[in-house]
Amino acid sequence: MNKTTATPTKRQRLRSFRVLRDRIFVTGFVLAVVIGIAGLAALLLDVLVDGLPFLNWNFLSSYASRKPLESGILAPLAGTVWIVGMTALLTIPIGVGTAIYLEEFATKSRFNRIIELNIANLAGVPSVIYGLLGLAVFVQFLFNGSRNVTAGALTMTLLVLPIVVIASQEAIKAVPSSYRDAAYAMGANRWQVVKAVVLPQALPGMMSGIILALSRAIGESAPILIISSLVWVTFVPSSPDSKFTVLPLQIFTWISQPQHSFRGIAAAGIIVLLVVLLSMNGIAIWIRSKYQSRPEQ
Amino acid sequence: MISSFTVTFFVPESSDWQRGFTTIPHTARTTSHQMATTTKNESNELMLERAARRRRRQATEQAIVAWLLRAAALISILTTVGIVIILVAQSAGFFAEVSVWEFLTGTEWAPLFSPQKFGILPLVAGTLLVAVIAGIVSLTLGLGAAIFLSEYAPERLRRVLKPILEVLAGIPTVVYGYFALTFVTPILQSIFGQDHVIVFNALSAGLVMGLMIMPMVSTLSEDAMVAVPRSLRDAAYALGATRFEVSTKVVIPAALSGIVASFILGVSRAIGETMIVKIAAGATPNLTLNPLESVQAMTAYIVQVSLGETPQGSLEYKTIFAVGLLLFAMTLAMNIVGRWVISRFRQQYE
Repeated sequence: MNKTTATPTKRQRLRSFRVLRDRIFVTGFVLAVVIGIAGLAALLLDVLVDGLPFLNWNFLSSYASRKPLESGILAPLAGTVWIVGMTALLTIPIGVGTAIYLEEFATKSRFNRIIELNIANLAGVPSVIYGLLGLAVFVQFLFNGSRNVTAGALTMTLLVLPIVVIASQEAIKAVPSSYRDAAYAMGANRWQVVKAVVLPQALPGMMSGIILALSRAIGESAPILIISSLVWVTFVPSSPDSKFTVLPLQIFTWISQPQHSFRGIAAAGIIVLLVVLLSMNGIAIWIRSKYQSRPEQ
Repeated sequence: MISSFTVTFFVPESSDWQRGFTTIPHTARTTSHQMATTTKNESNELMLERAARRRRRQATEQAIVAWLLRAAALISILTTVGIVIILVAQSAGFFAEVSVWEFLTGTEWAPLFSPQKFGILPLVAGTLLVAVIAGIVSLTLGLGAAIFLSEYAPERLRRVLKPILEVLAGIPTVVYGYFALTFVTPILQSIFGQDHVIVFNALSAGLVMGLMIMPMVSTLSEDAMVAVPRSLRDAAYALGATRFEVSTKVVIPAALSGIVASFILGVSRAIGETMIVKIAAGATPNLTLNPLESVQAMTAYIVQVSLGETPQGSLEYKTIFAVGLLLFAMTLAMNIVGRWVISRFRQQYE
């Protein structure tokens, strides 16, 4: 025994090499996770350190200005509320409707398969392309060159629609078919089953999908940048055909300013944006976890 | 005696009555209540008629709803058709003046200067340079994280780590752009020297984009790994394999299609990404492989022109649709390949 430990056999050396290799690679895998989390932490810290000194009530309640210290985000905040509100009004019925159609009404025909494939492809189309679509169809064709809130909201609706459809489809699929069968056995027709059984059951799942889609609409800047190239908006949009700017767009404008002092203002804007988005994501996760375990009981 | 009484009382109308009942579950109770109070045949007929009317109304309602839902589903088709028509129609005007060959093979891109040059290769090179860096970063980090979460991490740790990583996917791209410009670029400058690293460079944008795409790669890869059945792992462990060997020789080969697909979809996402490259990578069309130089990506060019004062209908204006068309074709091809890989090579385990 002593002899073997003094001069390990080939097999033992191989074994210890394999164990060592295992240890080294585990460290690597852990490192990947750590780098991801460290990146997130660095990003948040970077933004907080730069932006917190500029974050005050004045910042939230005044308009953009040529002087960094007097700049505020009232106009883009109001613009974001307009865009998200109108996008929600348009996306929810269309997205949920499409999902209901595909899951509950559609037969397995070629046409309906094309619709599903098409939605999956739309989800992968870059957001700038939606911007070009909105510029050509909504701004130039529909509104005659007016870069207004409605054009922005319509573009955003098309952009986030695939997310809502796919999430709603998942939520509808998760409703046990026995629930439907019970309702059909009572003599309900298809629409009654959807209205009284499927929708109430699928609602939490749909809600979290809708919230995630809307938070995407809040954070997205490229299409809005193309739709509304106007960058210094110093008013709150008053109607659907007002000009507008949104939070990420204003942040982008500030980042692009040559003076370094605008960076702090940009970071303060980012803090506001992240607080809104993270709380929306939190709500979505909370809804999902609250209702996740309910079916099949 | 009671049963015989009820039978004789109900039998004459019961078959008709039940036919009505089968379509109106909610109102069945009131109907039976009315039944009990009315004994005459006329009122029964009245009631039958009312039930039939209700049924017709419900059928109409369902038909209308079905049409509305179909219309909603059509909107997604119209969106795709709209995108293709707009891109093709607007770039047709461009390709009438600049040949497709010149566009695709030219090595100089200068549409806003005279003499104008319309070779897209510098923009494609800029896009791909950033996307490849992002792809390498996200594949390394994403795959490592996926292996750790699926093969090593205890369930409780996994439940904590996964949502934290997924926060990365929810952060707006403009924020990543800010992070790249104000945090990563200064670090790169202190590593490689101020003279070698331009403020706007491909490396910074690519690294940060890789961080952004990492959760997507890790989630898709992990899903594929979790789907590999436990019995395959157990067999390898029984032969004395270490966890690393099980991961790399059993789980990864079995989940390869999902991993490859996650990588393709991630790179496609990187190609279409706009704000990070616009903010951090610069605005210099540059045919280079040096990641420390300033480049211009296709998306960044589109945004740059839309922000400027280019008159609508001019040749410069039409270039953004031509660039958009190529971008659309590239991402669409990658997405189709990515999904094809998933469906074609997926191992079906029982």
